[in-house]
Amino acid sequence: MESLVKNRIKAIKKGDQNAYAEIVEIYKNKVYQLCYRMLGNRHEAEDVAQEAFIRAYINIHTYNPDMKFSSWLYRIATNLSIDRIRKKKPDFYLDAEVRGTDGLTMYSQLASTDASPEDTLESLELQEIVQKAILKLPEKYRSVIVLKYIEELSLQEISEILDLPVGTVKTRIHRGREALRKQLGHL
Amino acid sequence: MKKCPSNMIELMHNYLDEEISPEDELILREHLHECAKCSQHFNDLKKTVAFIQHSSHLVPSDDFTAKVMARLPKERKTVRLSRWLKKHPMITAASLFFALMMGSLFTTWNGEQQFSVSTKENVMIKGNTVIVPEGEVVNGDIVVRNGSIKIEGKVNGNVTVIHGEKHLASAGQVTGEIEEINEIFDWIWYNIKAVMKDTLKTFEPE
Repeated sequence: MESLVKNRIKAIKKGDQNAYAEIVEIYKNKVYQLCYRMLGNRHEAEDVAQEAFIRAYINIHTYNPDMKFSSWLYRIATNLSIDRIRKKKPDFYLDAEVRGTDGLTMYSQLASTDASPEDTLESLELQEIVQKAILKLPEKYRSVIVLKYIEELSLQEISEILDLPVGTVKTRIHRGREALRKQLGHL
Repeated sequence: MKKCPSNMIELMHNYLDEEISPEDELILREHLHECAKCSQHFNDLKKTVAFIQHSSHLVPSDDFTAKVMARLPKERKTVRLSRWLKKHPMITAASLFFALMMGSLFTTWNGEQQFSVSTKENVMIKGNTVIVPEGEVVNGDIVVRNGSIKIEGKVNGNVTVIHGEKHLASAGQVTGEIEEINEIFDWIWYNIKAVMKDTLKTFEPE
């Protein structure tokens, strides 16, 4: 798989556009999933995921083959998603960091009370609650949680994707998990 | 109630990251066993993780790849050409053959500057002019290159003049076709006809 990808990337670097279609096919689900969990909107996720693939194609010459191609691609998708989140922020004040919590905002302080335990039996409803809880996380916690639990990546890979020390990734995962527990733990 | 050790929460997260030492795990387990509050906290965390992990996986639209490909910047022409050539080997081979053919014809057109004539029988040669004298009969075709021909007698066949002129005297007679080739296109056409004639001949019954 990795060698196939390496091979295709060589062809793309030479300018063969058709080779890129295979790359898109391989990664489109993962990239879309990542964008969807970051943005919480199918239409926007599709748009940002496409944008990520186009950016990757245009900047293919800056890709360093020592890095996993997927990591590089996820980095682009994560950054684009975060850019999009920042652009569309409606309730600016709710996102102001609460002092002393290192990035936890008012969002994560709000208890989610709109679902009663009976409703959670409804799987679809549960999906929605989970997605809402993820969306309430500040971007820096949201990205690590999505990469870890939706994309099922190792701490090492996440650290590579986000270009952060493993220790920082760990701390963010711990805080993100705590924030989610406050919303989902009581269900 | 005894106060919980401050690092218990951290141990829980290390456990969830599967990065806990066996000793720490033992400490955590013992503590969870005797502390209802921490046990609840730990269960909530595990439940949260399970919720996130089991959230459904969505897929992008069917034409996702096509849409991405349509939005890519145009690729370089050379690449498109080489891929096209790879896809159509027959056309490539044919056009390569054709190009080489044309090239060789062109060189023979320009290359052969020497006077030559295909037959020496019953003809007189004066400088670069071939003369079929009055009263003489030439049986067969005559091809003259880089020279002229004057026909005063009779030729039983075709006469072709390449890079030259033909002069047919009033008494002269040619039973076949008489042709003068001075242009490259005539030359190509002449060659094609020659090849075709040869090919047809091979198929004719003996």
